[in-house]
Amino acid sequence: MAHTAQRILAQDCAEATAAPGKRAPGGYNSPASESTLPAIQAGEGLVHSMAIEKSKLMLMLRRMWLIRHFEETVIKVYTSGEFGGAAHPYIGEEAVAVGACVALRDTDYIAGNHRSHGHPIAKGGDVRKAMAEIYGRRDGYCKGKGGSMHLADFSVGILGESGIVASSVPVATGAALASKLQKKDFVSLVFFGDGASNQGACHEAMNLASIWKLPAIFVCENNQYAVTTPYKSTVSSEHIADRAQAYNMPGVLVDGQDCIAMYEATTEAVKRARSGSGPTLIEALTYRFEEHSLGLGRIRRSEYRTTAEVDEWRKRDPIVIHERRLLDTGTAKQGEIDTIRLETGAQVTEALEFARKSPFPEPSELYEDMWADKTMPVP
Amino acid sequence: MAQILFMQALNQAIAEEMRRDPKVFLMGEDVRASVYGAAANLSKEFGPDRVIDTPLSENGFFGAAIGASAVGMRPIVETLTSFMWVGMDQLVSQAAKMRYMFGGQVNLPVVFRCVMYYGGGSAAHHSDRSYPVYMNIGGLKVVVPGTPRDAKGLLKTAIRDDDPVLFFEDGTLLGTRGDVPENGDVPGGDLLVPFGKAAVHRQGTDCTVVAVAGTVPLALAAAAELEGEGVSVEVIDPRTLVPLDKKTILDSVAKTGRCVVTDPASKVCSAASEIMSVIAEEGFWSLQAPMLKVASKQVHVPYTPALEKLMYPTKDDIKAAVKKALE
Repeated sequence: MAHTAQRILAQDCAEATAAPGKRAPGGYNSPASESTLPAIQAGEGLVHSMAIEKSKLMLMLRRMWLIRHFEETVIKVYTSGEFGGAAHPYIGEEAVAVGACVALRDTDYIAGNHRSHGHPIAKGGDVRKAMAEIYGRRDGYCKGKGGSMHLADFSVGILGESGIVASSVPVATGAALASKLQKKDFVSLVFFGDGASNQGACHEAMNLASIWKLPAIFVCENNQYAVTTPYKSTVSSEHIADRAQAYNMPGVLVDGQDCIAMYEATTEAVKRARSGSGPTLIEALTYRFEEHSLGLGRIRRSEYRTTAEVDEWRKRDPIVIHERRLLDTGTAKQGEIDTIRLETGAQVTEALEFARKSPFPEPSELYEDMWADKTMPVP
Repeated sequence: MAQILFMQALNQAIAEEMRRDPKVFLMGEDVRASVYGAAANLSKEFGPDRVIDTPLSENGFFGAAIGASAVGMRPIVETLTSFMWVGMDQLVSQAAKMRYMFGGQVNLPVVFRCVMYYGGGSAAHHSDRSYPVYMNIGGLKVVVPGTPRDAKGLLKTAIRDDDPVLFFEDGTLLGTRGDVPENGDVPGGDLLVPFGKAAVHRQGTDCTVVAVAGTVPLALAAAAELEGEGVSVEVIDPRTLVPLDKKTILDSVAKTGRCVVTDPASKVCSAASEIMSVIAEEGFWSLQAPMLKVASKQVHVPYTPALEKLMYPTKDDIKAAVKKALE
């Protein structure tokens, strides 16, 4: 039986969020001149099928704020020259990782890519260790050996972020295979971008997951540009979710600015995965508010996207959408929201202090961690 | 002690380790049918969950094996050296680098059994002797057994090792026969050959020959013939290239003062190159003559037997090199 790509949630989203706008021919991602991007609406996201307990709704807000503060802090300190290398801000895409990860258990696995800060924070990782890692310090997640693009926390199922796009997709699929062989009900979810969706590794992994009916969830964070190249010029189908059809799995197009839409889609995929019915592809349509990477000054001057387009998408800020919904539905009071914003801000400030105080690794640590085998000689 | 084929030794190692540890499973292309022989009867004994046929999808299933090893399984992947290029990103970006890059948070106990056919008219796309490439990467143990006994003992060690291991099975050796002790005859009841410990297959005093993989029997044959000519050759098989047992090699060179290194890989940046570099750096003052390298010609493998036979090191090449070293 062939699956056809499902757009049910996307339609919900479209009704709820983009009613007054019209989708440009050929999908969401058209040049700004001819597109009418969905603007934020009062009561956005009220149309959802699941009743979600308040604690989860507030947890989503908390984690989105944690990511936002974290990324704003990283941008600030990077700009002042406190560390080098690359850093890829996740601002604007917070709802994708948070909605997906809140639908998982601690024992479930995630893996991701170079835009690496949001995923572990969304999964419940430690912002202090994440910040210390970006600072290249010994108390970082990877003792300073991974840096911004390679956060990992195996203690909470974060199998690591890969600087080579799509490279972690087969690895996450392998964790799903292990889960099946071990007769555990752990699910493995992997984040990758619209650019990675064109890599063979991605397609090979989806095919494997489907033929073996693995408990895998493929979340494509379609932020619409692989660095500067629009996905419309590189993806042969209208939507990336359509590709699921080729692998006989459900493909779901989700509003990636809406954490509840992400949560619902992921919850469905988790149910399917845990019941042994196989994988799901979720395409989260989202937008990168910042430039591709800190430290790539040339990109900022590029004209691959217009200021007007960026401004339109900034109106669909995932945190604003969620907060407005919490208020409009009477789920939370402004005071509770303010508390979360302030607490997470303080948490990141504390993480920054922690990172700055953490020592750099000693020269003697250069060769450490290459091998599990402690008898390995240094060549 | 039983005389068995190299291929049977591999098969025994896999079967014994799969019986011992339920976390061990085998995956690869056509492994249930055991097209290459080493997986014979495993599917029948262990069933389809532990002997898994994969699609032709090296990036996919190499990565899946790595991911499974990261969360508690011990996969064995069967592949051909020439197909490894297809899955190179997984081998290098993930298997080799994950542990270090993530600060030692994860062990990856995965074995890639890399079948290395050459010399039989398979031409350039199916004749790679690629192990030196992986010595350069770091993070991957590189194993090159030269005898049936070592094939079994090293593969069992590889499967129990907590690091990623690339285990190169030289196609010219698969049909060779050799003494392999029964498990009951070895201490601990299990034939385990340690990594990083070279074998001195033959003692000698005039010249050291370090031989890798398929050149081991050639070096032994050359040494036997040279003995008749009054030349005493010591033959050393490193058995593992990462880690490399420098001491055994350097001690031998200190004794003989002369060294030939032979390697079926292409000459430039071969395993022989690295071994000679170690001797040059750490054993130079033991040398009484320049070291010599007997490796494959630095061209792609031609199909026609008329040219392919010119490619690889031979017994006569090794003999000639030893004689030259002794001039």
